[in-house]
Order: sequence, then C-alpha cells, then structure tokens
Amino acid sequence: MVPIVFVIAAVVAVVFAIITVAHSSPVINVLSLVVVFFAMAAIFALLGMDFLAAVQIIVYSGAILVLFLFVIMLLNIRSVERLGSGRRVQALLGTVVAVGVGAVPLIAISLLTPATGAVYPGALETGTVVPIGRALLTTHLFAFEFITLLLVAAIVGAVYLARREPR
Amino acid sequence: MNAILIPHTWVLALSAALFTIGTLGVLLRRNGIAIFLSLELMLNSANLAFVAFAMTFAAQPGAAVSALEGQLFVFFVIAVAAAEAAVGLALYIALHRVKGAIDVDRVNILRW
Repeated sequence: MVPIVFVIAAVVAVVFAIITVAHSSPVINVLSLVVVFFAMAAIFALLGMDFLAAVQIIVYSGAILVLFLFVIMLLNIRSVERLGSGRRVQALLGTVVAVGVGAVPLIAISLLTPATGAVYPGALETGTVVPIGRALLTTHLFAFEFITLLLVAAIVGAVYLARREPR
Repeated sequence: MNAILIPHTWVLALSAALFTIGTLGVLLRRNGIAIFLSLELMLNSANLAFVAFAMTFAAQPGAAVSALEGQLFVFFVIAVAAAEAAVGLALYIALHRVKGAIDVDRVNILRW
C-alpha cells in the first residue's frame, strides 16, 4: 500500500514538473508547480514528517507560489516562448548539461545498496511540531534567529527594489 | 513502526529526476518567471534528498544524528527560498518597469 502511494505521488510530481518547465503559459507553470508541491507534501507525510508536509503546503503552495501568481497578474505576462524555442546551441548545450547533472546522482544512487538504505514510512516520533520546535529554540537557536534577520532584510530589499522612483 | 519499507534509493531517484527537470528549465527557458519556477523545483528536489538521507541515517542503529536534523535543513531551505522569491520577484518588477518584459535575453546591457 505505502509503496503504491509513493509511486503515484512520484509519477504525479514528475509529470507536473515537466508541465511546469515545458508549458508556455506562466499561470499554468505556477499551477502545475502547486501540484508538484502537493505531491511532495504527500511524500513527506508518507515518510512520517507531518510538520514538513504542512509547511510545504502552507508556506510553499500557499505563500510563495501565490506571490508568483500575483506578480504574473501584476505584470500581465503573456506566453512568449516555449521550451527550446531559443537558440539551437543553447538548447543543445542545456540539454547535455542537464542530463549530465541528473546522471551523476543517478549513477551514485545505483551504487548504493538498497538493503542498507530503507526508509521507514509511518510513525516518526521526530516528525511533529513539538520536537522540531524544541530543536529550533534550543540547539538551532542561532540559525533560527538569523533566518528572521534574513527575512526582514529580504522584505525591506523587496520593497526598496519594487517601489516606484520618486520624481 | 510500519513493516513496509520504501527504499531510500527511490526517493533519491525522484529527487534526481526533479533536479534534472529543473536544470533543463533554468537552462532552456528565457521567460524570467519560468526560470524562477524551475529554480524552486531544484530547491525542492534538494529538500527531498535531505529528507531521504535523514530517514536513512536515523534508521541505522547507533546513529549519531536523528531524523530531526534533515527536517530542520528542509525548514531553513524553505525559509531562504521565501526570502529569495520575494527579492527575485521585486527585481523582476523593477526590470519590467525598465524593459517592459522579463525575457532574460533582453537584459544584455550593464546599464540603463
């Protein structure tokens, strides 16, 4: 049962990732990326990481991708090009590099022995918000506080960059 | 604990496949939004690899790390991705104001 759910989520993720990359309409790109993130949230939940599954849906699909949608609507971007419609050399070299980048980890994965590397789905005692919150506020307190600093800097920078120049 | 196991190689293979698709998008697309979305896809495939390794190492007897560490890395990656998306989209708005489009091929001068 569990491997079947994983395989379904994986196939959905890959198919909609291809649509994300290949479709010419920006809105459909964003919406299919939402589907990819939901499939990944399903995988996280399957592996017992409830907190990550919730964060994936709330923060990624709910906040970041909606930001993308708002910018697309704000700028009124229409479909302009399709995958690989650019220069021949760019398409060829890009494909070669991407396949090479993907082939290296796949070869490394095939060298791993599956017997030692089984993932336990289902109950995971560290997957909920209590142990994660405790770790964030004790052992990883500095990184946690630094992330808040980074987010504030990003917000101020975004407002500064996107504002209209005063005349 | 459930008896049925997912081999962590499956999760890693999915991660590699998503990373390849994202790399293709970054290299082949010219619409700025599409490049950005492919970048988010690559970040998420890295998250998947973090999760797979976290589960694997935590499942081994006498593991020095728990599955918590990988999850915290994913949490921080999501936070950094949010910051990056905010700044990047603000840059695109500024670029659209100057150029009237966010086709990256049209941004080929180092001044305005």
